Amino acid sequence: MMEAQKEILEKLAPRKFTRVGKVWVACLLAIILASLIAYGIQLQKGLVVTGMRDYALWGVYISNFVFFVAISLVGSLISAVLHLSGAKWATPLTRISEIIAVAAIVMAGLTIIIDMGRPERLFFLFTHGRLQSPIIWDVIVITTYLVISLLLLYYPMLPDFALLKRYFKDRPKLSRRFAKLSLNWNNSERQKKLYRTSIQMLSVLIIPVAFGIHTVTAWLFATTYRPGWDSTNFGPYFIAGAFVAGAGAVIAVMYVIRRAYGLEKFITDMHFDRMGRLLVLLCLVYLYFNVNEYLVPAYKNTVEEAQHLQSLFTGAYSTYFWFVTAGGLVMPIVLLVFPRFRKPMPLFVISLVVVVSAWWKRYLIVTPTLLHPFLPIEGVPESWHHYFPTGLEWTVTFGTLAMALLIITLLVRILPIVPIHHAIEEREASTAKNREL
Amino acid sequence: MDDTNNKRREFVRNGVKAALLGSVATGALQALKSCSDAGAAASASANSETVELMTTDGHLIEVPVTALSETENLKGDDYRVREGFPNRKFVMVVDLARCKNAKKCISSCNKSHFITGENAWIKVYKMQESQETAPYWQPTMCMHCDKPACVKVCPVDATFKRRDGLVLIDNERCIGCRFCMAACPYSTRVFNWEEPRQGETTEIHMHLEHTESSPDYAGMPSLKGTVDKCDFCPHMIDKNELPHCVTACPNGVFFFGDAYEDTVTNGDESFRLSELLEERAGYRLLEQLGTEPSVYYLPPSNRLVDFQEGLENYEPYKSVDLSEE
Ligand code: SF4
Ligand code: SF4
Repeated sequence: MMEAQKEILEKLAPRKFTRVGKVWVACLLAIILASLIAYGIQLQKGLVVTGMRDYALWGVYISNFVFFVAISLVGSLISAVLHLSGAKWATPLTRISEIIAVAAIVMAGLTIIIDMGRPERLFFLFTHGRLQSPIIWDVIVITTYLVISLLLLYYPMLPDFALLKRYFKDRPKLSRRFAKLSLNWNNSERQKKLYRTSIQMLSVLIIPVAFGIHTVTAWLFATTYRPGWDSTNFGPYFIAGAFVAGAGAVIAVMYVIRRAYGLEKFITDMHFDRMGRLLVLLCLVYLYFNVNEYLVPAYKNTVEEAQHLQSLFTGAYSTYFWFVTAGGLVMPIVLLVFPRFRKPMPLFVISLVVVVSAWWKRYLIVTPTLLHPFLPIEGVPESWHHYFPTGLEWTVTFGTLAMALLIITLLVRILPIVPIHHAIEEREASTAKNREL
Repeated sequence: MDDTNNKRREFVRNGVKAALLGSVATGALQALKSCSDAGAAASASANSETVELMTTDGHLIEVPVTALSETENLKGDDYRVREGFPNRKFVMVVDLARCKNAKKCISSCNKSHFITGENAWIKVYKMQESQETAPYWQPTMCMHCDKPACVKVCPVDATFKRRDGLVLIDNERCIGCRFCMAACPYSTRVFNWEEPRQGETTEIHMHLEHTESSPDYAGMPSLKGTVDKCDFCPHMIDKNELPHCVTACPNGVFFFGDAYEDTVTNGDESFRLSELLEERAGYRLLEQLGTEPSVYYLPPSNRLVDFQEGLENYEPYKSVDLSEE
């Protein structure tokens, strides 16, 4: 028994970076450095360095923000829903999804600051905030969500930290750190009860807040009059899309972690298979909302909607639109029906396509609408009639993505990435079962 | 700008500055109805001259110029910039039948508000609803909506609505989120994407006018990373003068006034607002959105000018020359 425990700990305890890991972190740092320089230039010269102008007044920064919010939603899906429903199979994935959620929500907050014309006045949101503005709602729910996500990441780790404290006893400094983190966890019945109730409570709490952040983010658009945004469908549409994006992100990250740490025993083919099925379901739901979002206005075909839809279906944005629809919706539904494609490698590739499509999807939600205002675009330079991010904008955007990946990487480096005590419990249960037989 | 026009404008300014004493003193803004050649006469000798003024109850009276004196600034001691001028409700009427895309409104607004970018606050759109309907020129500025979408969404109260109808921006407060721009259905807001190239001009101006920067005078100075838009010229209203676009327009397209007093004037002619709107079937832009604009439009019927004339001036991809005037 002790042997098994030791073996599991050996596998799952935080490990130093390998060479590949170091190169990966160095690359991320390089991208982040470049983006910091780019952002410095933006601060100094103003947003003129971006491709945005008076008509395309929001661009890739905002769509990137929406993407991060979308990705962050998955933390609640996998962790909370599965904590609650007691779906044991997903336990090894809860921590990965919580880490993704925390990284994404932190970056969502930072990205919105990057978009501000006056970032140094950020604190006005707190000193002069007005409750009727959806931006303030967003500030409130995002901070709430961040706090709950952090707790939901931290609490389930308490028993693991206690285990790690003992595991690292020949490295006193590390052991002491884990001791502190474990908040004196001693596996007593009282603690266990508290632990279960608090996680249960957080799992319930986070669901409305998670729906809240994405619904409110959808409302940033839906509360305006603009054709393409002026839709009562937007809240659920965004949430459905966020689940797809988030599930894709979880699959991609769990594949990489499994490869890098050799965790085939803990993150098994079964997990990929189930996640693949889940992705089909989520894509079907999302497809339903997409049909709602495009078919109804296309049927009515008012002048304003027609202009907007034309730019998506056949116009300037059609390449992206059909790529996103095919890659992010149709392809996963069709392919993942076959068990063959739910094997780790093919599913990993599909999930990458899903995540990239999800990113572009946000771009398509934000940009084209702005270029079809009610009054015609006139009296501005020709270039203001279009929008495409500048090199600097891309640099900053890639920087934020790299930073999200770096946060994930670092958390994976220092935290037990698969809940250890669960793994041990499961192993014990199965050996007990075997003995009975 | 040709000479006679200049003189006329000068007269209009002086004339409007003047106001009746006593009971009609509040009628300052919508003051006078001058004949078109009055300009030359006025600059010659003012003694024997009379002007017609409209009282608040709509009667025209003739008063000798000597009986007029300059009024104090409208701002009282207790004036608060977020409250506005007490008991006023400013409105504008744009007569599309007169507009021929002369763009003098734009250049004058650009100059007076120190606009330095491509983003003029006034735009003259070439409109044509469908192939079969007639084209016309449509100047737009901020509509100073009574239910302003921009104010509703501003997270920090940088954009605010005043009791006198004006929607203004405190650019010391604005965080540059541009939500208001996304919300405004009239695409009237502009953003300072870079450091405005105003140089010293605004500082010099503030020094000469003994004023400080305030939401009452948008563009003085404009700040990088904040929004700007038409402010309905409260700094001119304060001096009992008309907004720059109104006086600059050679065709008298813009009428400015007060809804409570039910009068509007373009400097040359004054009308009762309600009558004008009824006779000429006035309407507001995108009424269906419920924004309740303070700017009314008179349809381009019985046109005083030819649409074609405006085409000479038509540059869809260019904001107006900044150096003009
Ligand atoms: S026109 Fe636009 S900017 Fe002006 S008050 Fe209305 S919504 Fe606000
Ligand atoms: S850009 Fe400025 S004025 Fe507009 S909503 Fe944001 S803070 Fe308010």
